[in-house]
Amino acid sequence: MADNNANKQQPNGLPRIGFYICHCGSNIAGTIDVADVAKYAAGLPGVVVSRDYKYMCSDPGQEMIAQDIREHKLERLVVAACSPNLHEETFRKAAAKGGLNSFFFQMVNIREHASWVHEDKKAATAKAKDLARAAVYRVRFHKALEKQQVPVDPNVLVVGGGIAGIHAALTLANAGKKVTLVERESTIGGHMAAFDKTFPTLDCAACILTPKMSAVKSHPNITLWTYSEVSKVEGYVGNYKVTVKRKPRYVIEDLCVGCMECIDACVFKEPKFADKFNQGLGKRKPVYIDFPQATPKVVMIDPETCIQFKTGKCKKSCAEACDRKAIDFDQKEEVKELQVGAIILATGFKTFDAKKEPHYGYGKYPGVFTALEIERLVNASGPTSGEVVLRDGKHPKAVGIIHCVGSRDEKTNKWCSRVCCMYSLKLAHLIKEHSGAEVYNFYIDIRAAGKAYEEFYDKLLSEGVHFIRGRVAEVTDWAMTPEEEGKLVLRVEDTLAGFVRRVPVDMVVLATGLEPQADAQEVRRRFNIGCGNEGFFQERHPKLAPVNTFTDGIFIAGACQSPKDIPDTVAQAGAAAAEALVLIDAGHVELEPNTSHVVEEECCGCKSCVPLCPYTAITFDEAKKKAVINEVICKGCGVCAAACPSGSIRQNLFEDEEIFSEIEGVLGK
Amino acid sequence: MAITQMMKYEADRDADFARWATSQTGGENLRHCIQCGVCSATCPLSLYMDYTPRRLINLAREGFKNEVLSSLTIWLCASCYACRVECPKKIQVTDIMYALKRRAIQEGVYPKRFPIPVLAKEFGRMIFMWGRVNETLLVIDLFLRTNWFKFLSMTGLGLNLMRTGRMSFLPDSIRRKDELRKILNALEADKTEVAK
Amino acid sequence: MKYLYFPGCSLKGTGKAYEESLLAVFRALGVELKEIDDWNCCGATAYMSVDEAKSYALAGRNLAIAEREELDVIAPCSACYLGLNKAQKSLQDHPEIRARVTKALAAAGLEYHGKVKVRHPLDVLINDVGLDAIAKRIKSPLKGHKFAPYYGCQIVRPFASFDDQYDPKTMDKLLAAAGAENVTFPLKTRCCGGSLTGTVPEVGLRLAYIILKEAKKRGAEAVVTVCPLCQFNLDGYQDQIARKFEAVDMPVVYFTQVLGLAMGLSADELGLKRSIISADVVLAGR
Repeated sequence: MADNNANKQQPNGLPRIGFYICHCGSNIAGTIDVADVAKYAAGLPGVVVSRDYKYMCSDPGQEMIAQDIREHKLERLVVAACSPNLHEETFRKAAAKGGLNSFFFQMVNIREHASWVHEDKKAATAKAKDLARAAVYRVRFHKALEKQQVPVDPNVLVVGGGIAGIHAALTLANAGKKVTLVERESTIGGHMAAFDKTFPTLDCAACILTPKMSAVKSHPNITLWTYSEVSKVEGYVGNYKVTVKRKPRYVIEDLCVGCMECIDACVFKEPKFADKFNQGLGKRKPVYIDFPQATPKVVMIDPETCIQFKTGKCKKSCAEACDRKAIDFDQKEEVKELQVGAIILATGFKTFDAKKEPHYGYGKYPGVFTALEIERLVNASGPTSGEVVLRDGKHPKAVGIIHCVGSRDEKTNKWCSRVCCMYSLKLAHLIKEHSGAEVYNFYIDIRAAGKAYEEFYDKLLSEGVHFIRGRVAEVTDWAMTPEEEGKLVLRVEDTLAGFVRRVPVDMVVLATGLEPQADAQEVRRRFNIGCGNEGFFQERHPKLAPVNTFTDGIFIAGACQSPKDIPDTVAQAGAAAAEALVLIDAGHVELEPNTSHVVEEECCGCKSCVPLCPYTAITFDEAKKKAVINEVICKGCGVCAAACPSGSIRQNLFEDEEIFSEIEGVLGK
Repeated sequence: MAITQMMKYEADRDADFARWATSQTGGENLRHCIQCGVCSATCPLSLYMDYTPRRLINLAREGFKNEVLSSLTIWLCASCYACRVECPKKIQVTDIMYALKRRAIQEGVYPKRFPIPVLAKEFGRMIFMWGRVNETLLVIDLFLRTNWFKFLSMTGLGLNLMRTGRMSFLPDSIRRKDELRKILNALEADKTEVAK
Repeated sequence: MKYLYFPGCSLKGTGKAYEESLLAVFRALGVELKEIDDWNCCGATAYMSVDEAKSYALAGRNLAIAEREELDVIAPCSACYLGLNKAQKSLQDHPEIRARVTKALAAAGLEYHGKVKVRHPLDVLINDVGLDAIAKRIKSPLKGHKFAPYYGCQIVRPFASFDDQYDPKTMDKLLAAAGAENVTFPLKTRCCGGSLTGTVPEVGLRLAYIILKEAKKRGAEAVVTVCPLCQFNLDGYQDQIARKFEAVDMPVVYFTQVLGLAMGLSADELGLKRSIISADVVLAGR
């Protein structure tokens, strides 16, 4: 550590500034000559102490700063280190410890902005000096600010009723919090409700899921709104106002007991319409319930297929059959409002559309199925009662499972969907068990990195399932040999053998990958959170804040964040619930003081700021004809301050003199 | 049955060759290959290749120059681009094959009298001469230089083409031959300059 | 409607029937084709194996000449179509190659700016002329004729500029407009063997045989192609295929010949007599 602090004389009028530059091990010092920057900063006007140190964020580093503040009577503090995202709070506390207002501090990011992104040491050092100078110039104009405390509403909203949402809602409810669980479909359960068995233990999905579903329904602390969607979110951490649309299901939920007599009574004697829950492999009537354990156990009427809705001339035998008078053809959409302190998003995923890989023949050859279809086929309560049959009713003698359909492919989705290897192994086992067919897995790499996953792979190997390492080029009905006639032929390189093979099968299963929900972008905008490039919701930190988002009070859990299996999803849902509890039980939140305010005497009342505010924090006082900013709602984006034609809106930490002196600093020498 | 040693030493690798391969047009993504083999699976000719396209890609990026340049694989590629369309890593396999063919011709390591590189070279010569290609003359030339005996098996085809008026023994030529030669010579001179 | 026309070497040689039928059909549709002045060989697949920059320069000379007129270029041969388009794409993507090629072209007083569009006749027929206009010209529909529409590789790969890469449909639509029936043909875009039929027949012939055999199995009376090399391979090598595998006896015609017949043009002006395997079956009923 160089000593640049030989009792420097302070020019008149300038606050006394301390400058500190961190080595961050070799993260910064490997590219930037930190001692040189410290020496340079010592010569800047106002700087009375300038030091470099190995790890400024360490306890001794912080202590050094606090002591300097006391000893050298520092009035301003500049720390050049990593991103403020990581350690701004650390150094604010160090400032306070030394007796300085936390906001007399400015942080300079010379790691992400300089050392990590440059290789030229000389240039990176010069850039660090420029950034340091800008901060030194700016910090002079900083003002003493205080954080504001606001109370937190103890209620929580959970969006999405798959296993993630169910688990998060139950955890919070069991901790005594009031939870509203909003689910878009008519029942909770999500994808897991459609699965037959779960890997690697092969326990039945319904057996482990449905008790949790009914616990949600009966829990006194949970309000369950299915067939509902969040349409609007206002407010801020601890104080969100949420608008929920409850779509009409044409059945009064409180009256229906799920006896299903209406379904028997429907004028359609036989089920006629594609059953979405069974992936279209089964049929249902216009009045239906997704599956016997649907929660809530309430029927639905589909207006697209119901004769009453289409012609208005049905004899309405369903309504007649209901002695509780639960059927209501005139039901309208309801709009509800909720007040909550925290929100957990558990909106799940969708599977890749297999038609986007046309060479695999989905939709062209009836023998080609998606994995979700097979989940229903092997399910005892599915459309075939668990019998593995082709669409023409025949039993397949050979089945090929193609991995990585819509995964690990730059033409579709680049990422590995993480679950397909394991669910393909599971389906291979179940297909073999249910049908006795020869089963071939066509894989690129087997990814079985979970507890007892490799052992499950081993079990499949011992069962005599074929594993051919290679990505299938094509599924075709073009036969080359007599035994290929009438079959679907898969062309693949057996990469371990080193030659191409043609494998004829009767059934092809496409292990489709996991994608963000189709409306993920809309949802993220509604909740004001971010998405990564691939469209999954963005966590605050990939390792250390995996369920937080960049918006305080909004947490994410499950496959909406990235593809995940059930164990990981449940773990993450629990973590999200814990984070929400931390927020609620603290009882209050501190708000950043970087808010805007109106200098009343300068406001000309033009109202141009009012519609611009993305957080609706600005109202107009009609009596005074002045704009008013609610600093609790203000997020400090600065749009109003920039747009105000009279310059009467100021923003803390972004005052004109602060910004202009920073610009002067970064440009000047 | 001959016994051959299959093991390779690190010294058998040519790192410069690997670097060269990844610097070729279309070779930029070579290192991204995950060895899924879809190129081989979709290739209509992989069944005849000594190394499947997937194996060749791996050999190239690892720098096993001799195996790559003396392989049949590069000469059997018919440029149908099926591999390029299928590749999940957008590797331009066909263009890599072209680059390897050029290198093999340059280094003279292709099988002698093997008709494909001979055809490629004769094709180039004919274009320099006339600006256009006369298929009849090209084929005759090819067989004379490779296997004139095989030429005899083609006489049926020749007669058929003659019967249907699809054969011509006169070279079709462009008018401004020197214009074309100036272009090709300029590139030849440029190449020597680059080499210096 | 007026276009520049890049015939390529094959259409002046073994693929004469393609040129004859193409010109006849476009004439009948009132579309004017003007042959590019003093065009040279596109470079095809062979030249790329010799010299990359020279290969682009060959295409570059043609494109530079074409650029002088503000017309789209029609390139009926698949190798030319791809060769010219690939050169455009590569010269756009690789500035260093472009610099070398531009310099070489300048040595001959030519300028290349990359502003010409190179198109396939299928694209022009479907998207510019339009199926409706073509349907109006159909005088004697080919009722009862069944064809295997065969696109080969290089017009859909690697670039899918006007049709689907896996299941191209433009020719199917034209043949249907001509009143014919298309068989479901899974080998639509499989390689015909390219130059391997000549250079390594033990390899190339199998590829051609597979396509002919599947077309026959699917009930087609003829394979309809868009490429002179596909036509040459599938038509010209059938006696050798018969010796090596089995006799398939499958006529192979150009889509322009089929379309021309339906438009009432004569077999002679469409070059139908140039098929080695007699295409008389296509003429049946007229």
